Amino acid sequence: MEWLLEANTAGHKFALMAIAILLFAVVMGGILFAVDRPKRVPTWVVVAGFLGPTLLLLVVGLVYPALSTIRGSFYDKTGDEFIGLDNYARIFTDDGFQRVLLNTALWVVLVPLVTTALGLVYAYLVDRTRFESLAKALVFLPMAISMVGAGVIWRFVYEFRPDQPGVNQIGLLNQLLVLVGIEPQQFLLTAPANTLYLIVVMIWIQAGFAMTVLSAAIKAIPDDVVEAARLDGVGGFQMFRYVTVPSIRPALVVVLTTIAIVTLKVFDVVRTMTGGNFGTSVVANEFYTQAFRQFNFGLGAALAVLLFVLVVPIIAYNVRQLRLSEEIR
Amino acid sequence: MASIEMKNIVKQYGDGFPAVNDVSLDIADGEFMILVGPSGCGKSTLLRMIVGLEDITSGDMVIGGKRVNDLAPRDRNLSMVFQNYALYPHMTVFENIAFPLRLAKMPDDEVRRRVTEASDVLELKEHLERKPANLSGGQRQRVAMGRAIVRQAEAFLFDEPLSNLDAKLRGQMRTEISRLQRRLGITTVYVTHDQTEAMTLGDRVCVLRKGKIQQVASPRELYEQPVNLFVAGFIGSPPMNFLPATPEGDRLKTPFGDIVLDEKRAAAVAGHELLLVGIRPEYFEDASLVDEAKRPVGSTFRARVDVTEWLGDSQYAYIPYDAPDSIKAQLRDLSKELDSEELRTQAIVSIDATSRIREGRDAEFWLDSRKVHVFDPESGDNLTRDAEAGAELTRLATEDRLEHAQEAQGRDSDARGGATAVSVG
Repeated sequence: MEWLLEANTAGHKFALMAIAILLFAVVMGGILFAVDRPKRVPTWVVVAGFLGPTLLLLVVGLVYPALSTIRGSFYDKTGDEFIGLDNYARIFTDDGFQRVLLNTALWVVLVPLVTTALGLVYAYLVDRTRFESLAKALVFLPMAISMVGAGVIWRFVYEFRPDQPGVNQIGLLNQLLVLVGIEPQQFLLTAPANTLYLIVVMIWIQAGFAMTVLSAAIKAIPDDVVEAARLDGVGGFQMFRYVTVPSIRPALVVVLTTIAIVTLKVFDVVRTMTGGNFGTSVVANEFYTQAFRQFNFGLGAALAVLLFVLVVPIIAYNVRQLRLSEEIR
Repeated sequence: MASIEMKNIVKQYGDGFPAVNDVSLDIADGEFMILVGPSGCGKSTLLRMIVGLEDITSGDMVIGGKRVNDLAPRDRNLSMVFQNYALYPHMTVFENIAFPLRLAKMPDDEVRRRVTEASDVLELKEHLERKPANLSGGQRQRVAMGRAIVRQAEAFLFDEPLSNLDAKLRGQMRTEISRLQRRLGITTVYVTHDQTEAMTLGDRVCVLRKGKIQQVASPRELYEQPVNLFVAGFIGSPPMNFLPATPEGDRLKTPFGDIVLDEKRAAAVAGHELLLVGIRPEYFEDASLVDEAKRPVGSTFRARVDVTEWLGDSQYAYIPYDAPDSIKAQLRDLSKELDSEELRTQAIVSIDATSRIREGRDAEFWLDSRKVHVFDPESGDNLTRDAEAGAELTRLATEDRLEHAQEAQGRDSDARGGATAVSVG
């Protein structure tokens, strides 16, 4: 061993080099030989080699925790006692939780619809204009900001200072109100409007995504189809209604469902801006609060499962639509 | 239905490049006009200016007596068939065809009647409820035509409509388009780079080169009396052979022996040093198969045959020849401009399919010298063009068309009777 590690004479060094080269050749030769003769390896070894690591990680990182969470949702606070559907019953009957469910519904309906509509109109309007890239960059920029960052920025926008002499508003929105002579508002404190103000933040973040995807889809509409439509007699709005929108339907579905899924899981915005207080909590935030603040693991697990169950139909719809659009092509 | 008049139409792009340069062209009501030329000659641009998809830099575009330069495409009431069909993928065949009518807010039963009528003509009846994606190329093309004909537009415009189809289907659709146009008697402008389409479909053909009109004439006139080297080389397949020639009295000295010209043509070529003589492949023949009676009107020569191609009904032989460098360079430029790659100076001659001429051997050929054209290599002009004879050919073609149109109209009104009145209103 020592002979291999310490070489003092030139001859010794050369001998080591030769050995190293030989070793390299043997290893490489072995690999090349193995690659060259795949027939000798049984199919199941190849399959296991490719699928094994993925399956292992999926089981450890996804399947096991999911099953464990579902199981936990039928147990009490500490996970010791089986209590059946009590956790779920509580989510659907308790006033506080009903507020949470209602808020989540509001988020999931409003954010995808408004965001997609805004993104679509914006993409259509700036398409092939002179300032297109600049206009798109402006809308796309919020995508680069983390949700926590966006939450902080918008909390400043909504910031409230009492309307007293010598006190200056530091919130953009309230300053504007004061400028036009309206009393400053407690935007984040008054329910149910405060949920809408939070939703605005999410729309601001996601509009860039919607606009980018839809813009690409609009550009993919063949020129001659647009020209044929112009000859057939469509006007500006009819072009949008009868040609543009139907042509990008698959992209619209993808954008709607993707944003819906992201919105269902919304947590950061609510957490940073109101912490889920003042009647603004949503399922993901509540699940975090229950599991890691109140240490009510059973209830937290039940909320997580609920979130999962709500996402499934959206994904199923998405997959179905993708299949359909592939058929059209 | 309307006539289309273009007066000094120019299309200049931002960089000042004139894609269409001072084009004046009158297309009569009901005429089938072909725009043809190698790629980049401006034929598609011209078509798009007629239809309004491209702005006109200067000049007047008059359709049906009305200047339309500033009208939007939809206000020009023209219908167009695109190369890639341009169907709406989300609509059924029925809705695709009905779309222009729906936009015009036509009542439902009228839409249904017209679409059914169009689908009958185009044999699309059993496909009306299918989506374009599930149709074959030929069917899609027919749907595109259906969308064009339901509108009862002033004119049809076709932008290389058959170039995406395979050769067999292209032939079928070509006759279909021709039949349809004759039946409807509607003014048609058809862009193509395929000269078979140009020759078979058009009442008149407009040959364009670098945005300029070279010649507008009936296919026969183009073939028999081309105005210059470019038109002569572009029309005809295999193309016309160009041989270097030097005049000597009433004779032309060529690599294939002397060609005797009649007085008129001899006078026309006098005074030139070096000329190009254009001979179509079919003016040649295997000398051993020529009638004794025909022999004297041409000349015979011996040459080595490089390659022969036997096609069953015809046979081609390739005969290489030598030419001065200036002529070689010019022929190379010409072939490049015509979208082909002529690598060597050789003549392609068409001989009888029964001829036993063999590759690599000398053979005796006969050349019909009555129809050869002589070109000035510098300007490219045809020195021996008989303008009167050419005009006569085009006049005959126009007469044919008008006669045909009258017959078709008589037949149509007989067949449809009262229905015509409804559809016109």
